[in-house]
Amino acid sequence: MIQFERVHKTYQVGGREITALEPCNLYIPQGQIFGLIGHSGAGKSTLLRLINRLEAPSAGRILVDNEDVTAMDARALRQFRQRLGMIFQHFNLLSSKTVADNVAMPLKLAGSYSTTQISERVAMLLHRVGLSSHAQKYPAQLSGGQKQRVGIARALATNPRILLCDEATSALDPQTTAQVLQLLNELNRELNLTIVLITHEMDVIRRVCDQVAVMDAGHIVEQGQVSDLFLHPKHPTTRRFVYEAEHVDEQELSRDFAQVQGRIVRLTFKGEATYAPLLGQVARQSGVDYSILSGRIDHIRDTPYGQLTLSLVGGDADVAIEQLKAAQVTVEVIRA
Amino acid sequence: MMQFFSNVDWYDIWMATLDTLMMLGGSMLFTILLGLPLGIVLFLTGPKQMFEQKGVYALLSFCVNILRSLPFIILLIVMIPMTLLITGTSLGVAGAIPPLVAGATPFFARLVETALREVDRGIIEATQAMGASTRQIITNALLPEARPGIIAATTVTAITLVSYTAMAGVVGAGGLGDLAIRYGYQRFQTDVMIVTVVLLLILVQILQSLGDRLVVHYSRK
Repeated sequence: MIQFERVHKTYQVGGREITALEPCNLYIPQGQIFGLIGHSGAGKSTLLRLINRLEAPSAGRILVDNEDVTAMDARALRQFRQRLGMIFQHFNLLSSKTVADNVAMPLKLAGSYSTTQISERVAMLLHRVGLSSHAQKYPAQLSGGQKQRVGIARALATNPRILLCDEATSALDPQTTAQVLQLLNELNRELNLTIVLITHEMDVIRRVCDQVAVMDAGHIVEQGQVSDLFLHPKHPTTRRFVYEAEHVDEQELSRDFAQVQGRIVRLTFKGEATYAPLLGQVARQSGVDYSILSGRIDHIRDTPYGQLTLSLVGGDADVAIEQLKAAQVTVEVIRA
Repeated sequence: MMQFFSNVDWYDIWMATLDTLMMLGGSMLFTILLGLPLGIVLFLTGPKQMFEQKGVYALLSFCVNILRSLPFIILLIVMIPMTLLITGTSLGVAGAIPPLVAGATPFFARLVETALREVDRGIIEATQAMGASTRQIITNALLPEARPGIIAATTVTAITLVSYTAMAGVVGAGGLGDLAIRYGYQRFQTDVMIVTVVLLLILVQILQSLGDRLVVHYSRK
């Protein structure tokens, strides 16, 4: 697990002090995929680099597995970094080394593995990421997705418990992004690997993360379970990210609402409730007629969800709402 | 035809070629031995680099600039006392090598610095994130990644050294350039001039294509 205690980061630029990260507390539990989302300059990249101390905090403490990262001397820090994996937006593979040599690099640097151990481990890792046949190629001969998979194999070489992902899919096309995210998802489950990833795409958060923190101008503005933040965003920044990902236009929606009669409610279904034939049942029993104004049905990580905005006309709307609530549906009344 | 080459003493040419090659080989060796570490230090202490040291960088940079702005012919003469100290003689091939090294090292170091700056910062960061020490970052990431650039720098330096050796005749070092000046220019023996220039041209051509080939061989981008 990773813990930030009142961590704060400022830079000096031309004699002026610039705050990259306002004092923040953060707790990332073991075995989770934790997402940090924010626009560029929001401080998410700084926060990620504080974990393996590629950047040093100006104040505060960072604990990783109960070890104080901020107090480590150079030697301890190097050994600590060997137990942490990191992947990058632009892959950062060595162009002068083959795929196999790139993956072998952390093992060689650690100095505690024999040549046989290294070649066995490299073969195993390349097999796991599906690149066995590319071992002797150079990075320039690979596609973006393949390069990132080499990056992942390299990051996992020393068997780390934690993987840091710096915009790992931002340079990839949508299909390749999906494959890389799928791989991260599997590795998280197989190895109980804690993954911290930063991104500016809500879709990446929705697909793989358990928890998310939203950053804006050096602050963590909202934090919690992805399902809560994604379905019920509170902070304006979070809302913007969610609506961007879902192609929702708030102004357009309110114009639509003005044209319909009756009450407007937003229903959120999660898990099993998503598949239950609830709406028809409730409509029949309460005599309410409904029309669907907007809706989205998808998965958050592996949990199915549905979110529908309805207008309810006629019948007994209160009964309908009570019945929906009884069936574990979250009901928000937008217009009474 | 043979008459035209009547002034050419092929034995002299052969000895001069050997002198040139010895000066080139010897000075190149020491230039790399001194210039590579100097280039690395320049890079590491440079602005926004791993060991940014404004004072150290400014001092080294200043020394490099002084040596680079001195015309080589002046360096050759100014260096005489120091050359005596190092090699025991200020004459011949041995007397030419210290000034050649002094002239080429700052040049080579700058080129190495530039080649290292071309290495993607992300690669340094990735290597740091693996827990590499500074020495490991240099040997495992920086130098392999900058290898094509360093080879190109070596080629340019070697060719510059070829033209420097031509001036080494001033301290009696011999060599093809010396022959061209003393016979070809001063005694109007055009044939000697042509032979020496052609040989120098061939030498430069060989160095350049060898360097280019190595750069291609080690470039994986």
